[in-house]
Amino acid sequence: MYNFLARRLLATIPVLLIVAVLVFLMLRLTPGDPAAILAGDAANTEQIEQIRESLGLNRPIVVQFGIWFGNVLSGDLGESFYYKQKVTALIGQRLEPTVSLATITILFAVLVSVPLGVLAAWRFGGWFDRGLMGFSVLGFSVPAFVLAYLLIWFISLKLGLLPVQGYHRLADGFWPYLEHLLLPSITLSIIFIALIARVTRASVLEALGEDYIRTARAKGLPEMRVLVRHALANAAVPIVTVIGLGVAVLIGGVVVTESVYAIPGLGRLTVDAVLARDFPTIQGVILFFSFAYVLINLLVDVSYVFLDPRIRY
Amino acid sequence: MTISRIASAIGAAAVLVASAGAALAQGDSKVLRVVPHSNLAILDPIWTTAYMSRNHGYMIYDTLFGSDEKNQVKPQMVESWSVSPDNRLWTFKLRSGLEFHDGKPVTGEDVVASLARWGKRDAMGTALFTFVDRMDTPAPDTFRIFLREACGFVLEALGKPSSNVPFIMPKRIAETDAFKQIEEHIGSGPYMFVKDQFKPGDKAVYVRNPKYVPRKEAPSGSTGGKHVYVERVEWNLALRDAQAQVSALQKGEVDILEQPAFEHVPALKKDPNITVYTYSPPLQYMARFNHLHKPFDNPKVRQAVLAAFSQEPFLKAQVGVKELYHTCPSMFTCGSPYASPVGSDIQSKSNMKKAQELLKASGYDGTPVVLMKPTDLAAIQKLPDVAAQLLRQAGFKVDLQAMDWQTLVGRRAKKDPIDKGGWNMFLTAWQGPDIWNPIANAALDTRGEQSGWFGWGKDDKIVELRAQFMRETDDAKKKKLAEAIQVRAFEVGTHVPLGEFDAPLAARKNVTGFFKQTGNFYWNLKKN
Repeated sequence: MYNFLARRLLATIPVLLIVAVLVFLMLRLTPGDPAAILAGDAANTEQIEQIRESLGLNRPIVVQFGIWFGNVLSGDLGESFYYKQKVTALIGQRLEPTVSLATITILFAVLVSVPLGVLAAWRFGGWFDRGLMGFSVLGFSVPAFVLAYLLIWFISLKLGLLPVQGYHRLADGFWPYLEHLLLPSITLSIIFIALIARVTRASVLEALGEDYIRTARAKGLPEMRVLVRHALANAAVPIVTVIGLGVAVLIGGVVVTESVYAIPGLGRLTVDAVLARDFPTIQGVILFFSFAYVLINLLVDVSYVFLDPRIRY
Repeated sequence: MTISRIASAIGAAAVLVASAGAALAQGDSKVLRVVPHSNLAILDPIWTTAYMSRNHGYMIYDTLFGSDEKNQVKPQMVESWSVSPDNRLWTFKLRSGLEFHDGKPVTGEDVVASLARWGKRDAMGTALFTFVDRMDTPAPDTFRIFLREACGFVLEALGKPSSNVPFIMPKRIAETDAFKQIEEHIGSGPYMFVKDQFKPGDKAVYVRNPKYVPRKEAPSGSTGGKHVYVERVEWNLALRDAQAQVSALQKGEVDILEQPAFEHVPALKKDPNITVYTYSPPLQYMARFNHLHKPFDNPKVRQAVLAAFSQEPFLKAQVGVKELYHTCPSMFTCGSPYASPVGSDIQSKSNMKKAQELLKASGYDGTPVVLMKPTDLAAIQKLPDVAAQLLRQAGFKVDLQAMDWQTLVGRRAKKDPIDKGGWNMFLTAWQGPDIWNPIANAALDTRGEQSGWFGWGKDDKIVELRAQFMRETDDAKKKKLAEAIQVRAFEVGTHVPLGEFDAPLAARKNVTGFFKQTGNFYWNLKKN
């Protein structure tokens, strides 16, 4: 197990290295000039050239890469062209909103979707099952921004129950923190409820056809125990895999939802950085996302050991 | 860091903490929550020409002069001034009681350092400093500008209201290299910037400067009494979705939307809790040629475009709301001192048939026009479609290339030939004060590749007329020169003015005190 963990952690190094090189080169090949953007609309070419010089963008790409990569190796992701702040500080500022949104979304999605999926499998072919499948199709199909506008219109404007926008830090109090995250979390969780419920249904359905379920029922175990302890427990691996992927997607930034609800998270930071051609910030957040993806995948793999005793690393 | 600077920093911090505490105690009615028109990223309003940085500047800095709602230059930090009979020595005395946020008095030395830095960045500033021989400070509250020769726009430059405003900073900050951003944000303006609460892309916070002494005159434009009736102004930089902005305003979560989308204006006007204002000078749309490359290196071809580009179709397509736009036959903002229709017949009295004839006579060889279209800037994104259609009707071949605005901004700075990523035309919008006079209007700087502003128009006659304008001190003669510049600019087709629009602002009804201004200013406002 420890060997496996060590090997997987070591394997992140070449992954991050390849990501670093690719992102750096792709950004330099993308049209757009950070200096022109920083200078403003009325600036002239001379001013833009001076800014380009001051940012070091006139140096050969190899030199620029060498300087940046050297800093990265020492833990310094550089300074944002746009905000004149350390990229690590910017990521730090945006981490809490994104992690909070991801956590509440996934918690909500899991609490709703897993029971729904189990029930649908248990009542396979019935009205509940068909209803859930219909909801899943709808959940996949409705764009997040449409759902967000509808929820804002109904829950915030018509019922006056929750705020339209904004983010409050946990340190500002639990209720202000939670009430600002409820609508965005509901918006985001719909697609995950649809996805996890479908996977849960399919996995539990498969498990329910196994011999050990027939044996459990023959032994006279209560149906709830059969469903939860025997069917769901054995169907957990694919469900956890999907949840893990969901967490990774949410940590990677949910731009539209963050924009509509004015949540200053990592997704919004990434988009702002891309629009401003803020190379250090883009490079920094993509490296961070890559690391987060690798780490979450590793955690999911490790969780298999606890979910399925047959799996050994 | 010296002991006095440490003491200043502690003093400023104490004032900020006290003010922030007072704001919390005062409650919501003392906090103005604003959704600005864009994101605030750069905190140095001299280093960049971005409008958000300018607005940030007006919050925390003060200016020597300002421009009132009738575009007249009026004193602000200056109490009195005099000029020698030969117009070469200008002496200014500062108002008493001016103080920076760190508690130090504003002196002539601070002014001289601030002007010197501004003179290295701003178009009008650099033009002014071609006349400046030296500056000095004969007394702490006095500064003098010695000119090599008479200059006709000293006050216009010092009182300019738009991008790269000559804001006055403490000397130690103003001595920062003009090509590096300042690190400290201390001014003597009506608000103080709370740096430790600034979260880029999320929130910027300003608190009332309790030591600010407003002028006695009523506020007008960027001049007059800057009375502050709220304790705190919060700029919500995270709320960028247009529909969500409107919802937040309707629910009362924010108090002011600086720039609601045109399509939301009718709905906002119907809301009994919201008022829509149009108190700023109009903005002017503009089509800009690249004068370096075919086909727009030929003035006859540019004239054909002037004839084809009637303003109404652009305004109708882009703005749509009739009461928010108007045609304007002038290259200077309509309603401003130098606005005039002279020379505009080629555009205002022309039609498509004339455009087709002009194009035929120009010898246009069918070179495709690379027209850049920004897809992500709602305020101007429909203009290129109209331009492409009108150009095609006139007989041009058009290569309409879609891209995001920041790609366009980067590409328009390139002088490369078309086959190496160059361009022929883009369209943009200017805030009124940026094109009020021939010096500020970047499109009228016709020094060719030397002139810098994208498109690089070249015309020696306009260069000469602008030089005369800079030297002229008589207002009537300046007006004549501005007209002559405009006539020539239409003749050679420096660019195409495409009409003007009023940028709406929406506010909750309980926010009062809006006045005619030249930007987005947050003094004189009360929240009931």
